[in-house]
Amino acid sequence: MEKVIEAKDIVTSFGKTVIHDKLSLEVNRGEIYGILGESGAGKTLLLKEMIMLLKPTAGEMWVLGHKLSDISYQDAQMLRREWGVLFQFGALFTSLTVAENIELQLKEYTGISKKMRDEIVKTKISMVGLEARAGGLYPSELSGGMIKRAALARALAMDPKLLFLDEPTSGLDPIGARNFDALILELRELLGITVVMITHDLDSIYSIVDRFSVLADKHVVAEGTLENVLQSDHPFVEKFFKNEYAKNRWEKRVEADV
Amino acid sequence: MNMNQPFLHIENLEDHLVIHSRGAWTLYNEPTIHKMLQKISPQKRIVWDFSGVEAFDSSGVLLFMAYYEMFKSQGEVVLTGYSEEQERMYRLLLKNRIKESIPVRKEGLLHRLGKTTVEGYDVFVKFLEFTGHMLIAFLRYFTTPGNIRMKEITYHIERSGVSALLIIALTSFLVGMVISYQSAVELAKFGADIFIVDLAGISITRELAPLITAIVVAGRSGSAYTAQIGAMKITEEISAMRTMGFDPFYFLILPRTLALMIALPLLIFFADIVGMMGSMFAASLELNISYGQFVDRLQEVLSVKHFWIGIIKGPFFAMLIAMIGCFRGLQVTDDTESIGYQTTASVVNSIFFVIACDALFSVILTEWGI
Repeated sequence: MEKVIEAKDIVTSFGKTVIHDKLSLEVNRGEIYGILGESGAGKTLLLKEMIMLLKPTAGEMWVLGHKLSDISYQDAQMLRREWGVLFQFGALFTSLTVAENIELQLKEYTGISKKMRDEIVKTKISMVGLEARAGGLYPSELSGGMIKRAALARALAMDPKLLFLDEPTSGLDPIGARNFDALILELRELLGITVVMITHDLDSIYSIVDRFSVLADKHVVAEGTLENVLQSDHPFVEKFFKNEYAKNRWEKRVEADV
Repeated sequence: MNMNQPFLHIENLEDHLVIHSRGAWTLYNEPTIHKMLQKISPQKRIVWDFSGVEAFDSSGVLLFMAYYEMFKSQGEVVLTGYSEEQERMYRLLLKNRIKESIPVRKEGLLHRLGKTTVEGYDVFVKFLEFTGHMLIAFLRYFTTPGNIRMKEITYHIERSGVSALLIIALTSFLVGMVISYQSAVELAKFGADIFIVDLAGISITRELAPLITAIVVAGRSGSAYTAQIGAMKITEEISAMRTMGFDPFYFLILPRTLALMIALPLLIFFADIVGMMGSMFAASLELNISYGQFVDRLQEVLSVKHFWIGIIKGPFFAMLIAMIGCFRGLQVTDDTESIGYQTTASVVNSIFFVIACDALFSVILTEWGI
């Protein structure tokens, strides 16, 4: 299977603090890949290294066939157009309205007419569960959940091949979170996009994530499908999945499927 | 009409038109495809075939939808050769189609004029409120001295006072030098060389040193106060402080104001000395007045009141700078642009009010004959 992202022996350290110590993982094309781990395990840092916001101290990262350590400026700029990123706290441009935020890349990078851009923006706004009215608001006028949705709409604006989501469902109500999951799943099936998401949401992990890795003790302590990961006896996996709450959610999900 | 293009192939048959869509109907090809579609005139009957489409995304499907609806309103349209994914994409987008348009936030000239006026008035009222609050906080501060936060005050004296010494030394030395140089030529014409000491002594201690120092401090510390407090407002640190019962006036604003009120007179004193040195330096170069002569003459002509007037201005200027800086910081709203706007406004306002206050001093002191 074609690999979209390959992290090899990634080391991240700040001074004497080592966050990742020879960490490796692979994401295949078309899969929804989760990254799970304790607070401070360096999930967001790993994501930042994938999207070229941060250089790993050592090790190599490949994204969509590009080796990130010696990528040229032009290649990097092209690569940046092929992915969409949803930041944990939205990171919407505060001086632009929601609609302008979503439209920005379309306006800068494509020759699409204003009328069609508006159509695209409107459908994206609706897809993420916002109303047209929200398109005219500035980020400071939005609630937390709305910011998240608007930021997802912005990440989806260019129909990226690769979508990075940093805790997409945190801050959403449970219904909104499930709709969010359904939307991600639908887009994956229709457009064949690859999704890398940092998540703590058990429902997301049970229902939409194909494979995921568990970050702990500076390493990937378990990687693969849910079944694979559950075989691990690492304390974090034990703590996270083998408790009453997690089991309960799992059973509920199975019932819902049947 | 026969077009043979990478994305569209059009067959004009007797009673109907066949459109073959081909290639990648994606974002970057959308403008090209759009132009081709515009050339097609609606017909009674159109057969639209999608079997040649290799790739598509939502923009491609949305484009199709726009023209599909347009053609359909003019006649019959038959769709063939589409894949299951394409159909699902179509349904997904159709479901999420919004008819109403997104409200546009455009403001006309009159609107902006009105807004600026109302906002200006609003800021004025808020500043009055702030001043009142400040006065009460000040009074309470001194009735319960336990409230005085010495640690913060000394920290800000260091940040806004001690670290400003170098830049103030530089500017006041240069200003002192320039004053001497410029007047030396004129004074030499009258043979009144030695009066350079009177001129430099009075102008520096009474007017220039306080003004220069205040302007440098407004640019250095006033702006920093605005940016710090503004950033704290955006990150909701101020709200957090309030909920914990830490009044921002006691924790942020008064320490900064008091620190500046203590530091500025000292800085003015320092600027007096360095400015005089600059002027001494220029006088010895240009008019051959020795340092000894200069100092002797200075002691003779410079009455101590000029020095005190300069120093007294310090706390007033400091209060203006700190209050405007902190007030502007509190006016920062939730967007990043407003930090820049308020910081600029803080520096511009405080320099203006410092100069206005200086003018007021001049008028009052002259009236009193001091």
